[in-house]
Formats: sequence, C-alpha cells, structure tokens
Amino acid sequence: MDTGYSFARPKQSRLTAIKVLITCNRERSHMRIQPLCILAVLAFVPNANAENLSPSDLTRLVRQDCGSCHGMRLTGGLGTPLTREALAGRSPESLTATILYGRPGTTMPAWKSLLSVAQAEWISARLLEGFPEESR
Amino acid sequence: MRSLAYLVFCVLLALLLGACTASLPIRGTGDLGLVIERADGAVTLVNTSVKAPYGRVDGLGDLSHASVVYSRDARYAYVFGRDGGLSKIDLLESRLVKRVMQSGNAIGGSISQDGRIVVAQNYTPGGIKAFDAESLELLSEVPAEYAPGKFSKVVGLADAPGNRFAYALFDGGEIWVSDFSNPQSPTTRKFPAGKNPYDGLITPDGRYYLAGLFGEDGIAKLDLWQLEKGSSKILENYGRGEEKLPVFKMPHLRGWSLAAGRVWLPAVGRHEVLVADARTWKEVSRVQVKGQPVFAMASPDGRQVWVNFAHPDNGWVQVIDTLTGQVIKTLQPGKAILHMEFTTRGEAVWISARDDNRVVIVDTRSFEQIGGFEVNAPSGIFFTARSARIGF
Repeated sequence: MDTGYSFARPKQSRLTAIKVLITCNRERSHMRIQPLCILAVLAFVPNANAENLSPSDLTRLVRQDCGSCHGMRLTGGLGTPLTREALAGRSPESLTATILYGRPGTTMPAWKSLLSVAQAEWISARLLEGFPEESR
Repeated sequence: MRSLAYLVFCVLLALLLGACTASLPIRGTGDLGLVIERADGAVTLVNTSVKAPYGRVDGLGDLSHASVVYSRDARYAYVFGRDGGLSKIDLLESRLVKRVMQSGNAIGGSISQDGRIVVAQNYTPGGIKAFDAESLELLSEVPAEYAPGKFSKVVGLADAPGNRFAYALFDGGEIWVSDFSNPQSPTTRKFPAGKNPYDGLITPDGRYYLAGLFGEDGIAKLDLWQLEKGSSKILENYGRGEEKLPVFKMPHLRGWSLAAGRVWLPAVGRHEVLVADARTWKEVSRVQVKGQPVFAMASPDGRQVWVNFAHPDNGWVQVIDTLTGQVIKTLQPGKAILHMEFTTRGEAVWISARDDNRVVIVDTRSFEQIGGFEVNAPSGIFFTARSARIGF
C-alpha cells in the first residue's frame, strides 16, 4: 500500500471561512457554534470534494498519527477521546476548525500545514459517524 | 500379570520421555526481548543473538502506546496497554501468565528496586496503582488529586532507589515522589514542576529526576538524594522569542539520555536536540536535526545518540557523535520509525518501521543493515537488559 501522502493545498476561500468560524468559536468558551458562524461557513465551503483524497491514507493517519495522542482506538490519551459517543453534539465545522488550527493552550497542534480543508472535512465527517478501521 | 506391569512401565516411561522432550531447554533470558504489535494487541518475542522472533503472545488489548518493564530475574515482561490492561508474560514459556484491567486509560509503568512492586501510571482515573509483581494483586494506589476534586494525567513514571517512584502530573504541573517502603500505604512528597510536564526520566545513577515541559520552555529537575532542596528548572527559556512549530507527536524521555557527561534531550516544537552539562546543568549546545525529535537515545557506551522524529519526518533517523556533538549519519531505515532499542552492549540497534511492517537491525559501527524481519505495525522494542537498570 502506498502511504506517501499527497495532500492538496488548502483553498483560500475555505480557509477564510474556517478562520471566521475560529473567531466565532473563540468568543464562546468551548467551541460551540453560533448560527451566524454556520451560515458563514455554509456560504464559503463547497461540499468536500474527493480530489487528492486518499481515504486509506487518511484513515491510517488518523488511527496511527492522531492516535499517538488520542489512542489508536480514539478512546483518548493525552488528547481527548474522539469516538462517536465522545463527539456527540459537536458540529463538523468546529471539528474541522480544530483540526486545521489546533487548540491554542493545549497539546492539539494545527494540521493546516499537512492537511487540506477537504481532508480535514472528510476526517471530521468520519469521526462524527464513528471512524472507520484501517483495511489491510 | 508381570507382562501387564511391564507394559504399564513402558507406557509410563514413554510418557515421561515425551514430557522431557517437550519441556524447555535450560536457558537464560539475557538475549531476549519483545516487540509490541500495536494494531493487533500482541507481542512478538525475539532473540537478539540469532536476530529473529521465536514466539508470539496475543490477546493483550489495545497496545497503542504500550510499554514494558521486566521482572528482576528478566523472565517475565509486564506489558502496560493503553486500555488499562496489565499483562504478565513468561518469555521462556512464550505465554500469558496473567492479565488484569487496572484502569480505563494507561500510559506505562515501572518496577520497584526490589522487584516486588509493579506500578502503573494512569490517565483515567489519574494516578498510579501498585501491584504485587508475583500475583498482580492491587496493593495500593495514589490518586493524582492536585486540587480538590481535580485529578491529573500521570506521565514520566520512573523507579528510584528505595522502592520509590517519581512521576509528573501533566495537568497538575507537579513532580511527585511516592515511597512504597510499605507497599500498602505509600507516602508522597510533592514538588512544583512547571506548566504541563509531558514525560520524565531518572538518570542512570538514580539521582536526578528530570521532567520535560510542554507548556513552557525548560526542564524541571529534582535531586532525589536531596529532596529537601526542592525542584528547580534547567534549560529555561531555550526557545525564547522564537515561534514554536506545531507538535505532531510528544517527545519521549527515558533514562537513555546521559552520554559523555552530558544530557541529550529532545526540544519541544523545534528541530533540535538540547545538550546540557550533567554536572552544572547549563546548556552546552544544541544539535540541529532533521525534524522534531521524539526519542534521543544514547548507546550503552554513550558514544552515540540516535534520534527519531515526529510526523511528517518519521522516516528519518539521525546519529549524533557525542564527542563532537555533530550529526555523523542520516538514515532512512523505513516508513514511520517509532522506536529504537540497543542490544545490551550496543553493537546493534533494533528499529521499528511501523508502516513497513518491519523491524530493521542496524550495526552501530558500520550503519549497515545486518538483519530484520516482518512484524505487523511494530512500535516499542524492549530487551531484558532493562530489568537491570534504575529508572525503568
């Protein structure tokens, strides 16, 4: 299996939208979204497109590399649990923002240098529905 | 009648002989060890003399971030799993002896100076738990309650002489030293560490406990010979004024960092290994390396320090010569290098390449690959030489 990542560069319009979201998030203490923020995101973010995405690479990245803090089964470690149950009630947009920009003051780094917006969106959506296992 | 008795005798003799041939040859465990298969909840048992696996034990639960300590006689391995499982494995009989679920989320463990107490460090519920090394029965626990009702994740647990254990509280920002002279009722002393200690180590002589800090630049230091002097900080502000890179994987510390009279420590969020004098604790130099270091491991003779790196530079390994403080070799042993372990006297280093599903064995003089074998998603490699070391 080829595990060399080929990540697309983030698209600027979507980045701007996510930044708006981050700003909104910071106004509330723990990443809850205000209706206006969601509107802003919906206006700027097209549906996650599949180009340049390799789901098996991303699955491996999440299970193995995110897993070094969140646990391979995503049940938590130094990082918080990322199971479907643990993330219940979180919006995909806020997860995407956390992935791309990290959470300042915590150990969660910004992944925007390694992941495109579409890839972060794909990961958020999969996390919320229960993240897939790696196929061998 | 006599022929019947003779027949019974023969059958018994045959059974006895069969039992003898099936039993194990007498052997030591000094050249044995194991490799964690993080995705399969299994360990591959290995022999470093023949450079090959000889057995496998599975059914050990979630082994992502698993670590291992060895019994005093180096026959039994205690495997600490992410899911709070503690498994005792017999290296000679290649079997699981006992397994207990001791917490909800664990990160590692240690074994006491006298070999009778195995201690696990836990994230959930935050604290440490002590077990009888023979039976794995719970002896006592120390909840990491750093403020009323607030429990911290525990990191950097290491054994210290006197059946004591030193560890750091990630959320509490403290170093605790628990004395298990009476295993049923440990006593604990607490010292300030700094913001978010992420791991710790004890120097090979058992004297100093060092805790690396994530929330600030610096290392907390505690002299275990003179606890009354309290903790202090070294390498403070090593990155002052510079922007930290995002940290995709937390560095790891263990008692391998002392070499050539200096400590060699991974810098957090920087492509550097920090070097401090082990007597004055002042910064001596920094070594520029390929990425953010995860492990900086000194060879047993202290002549080399081998460094691996966080994602996305985890395909590289670099070797620092401790005499000159220069990188003398850059290797690409495989995809996603997670761990390295030196053989007891350091002629070779075993390297786990997770995404190649392979353990690679490299000669430490020629840097040539001298062996290797397939293992599914290998992570930690642990040899029995650890059983004789302080701080493990």
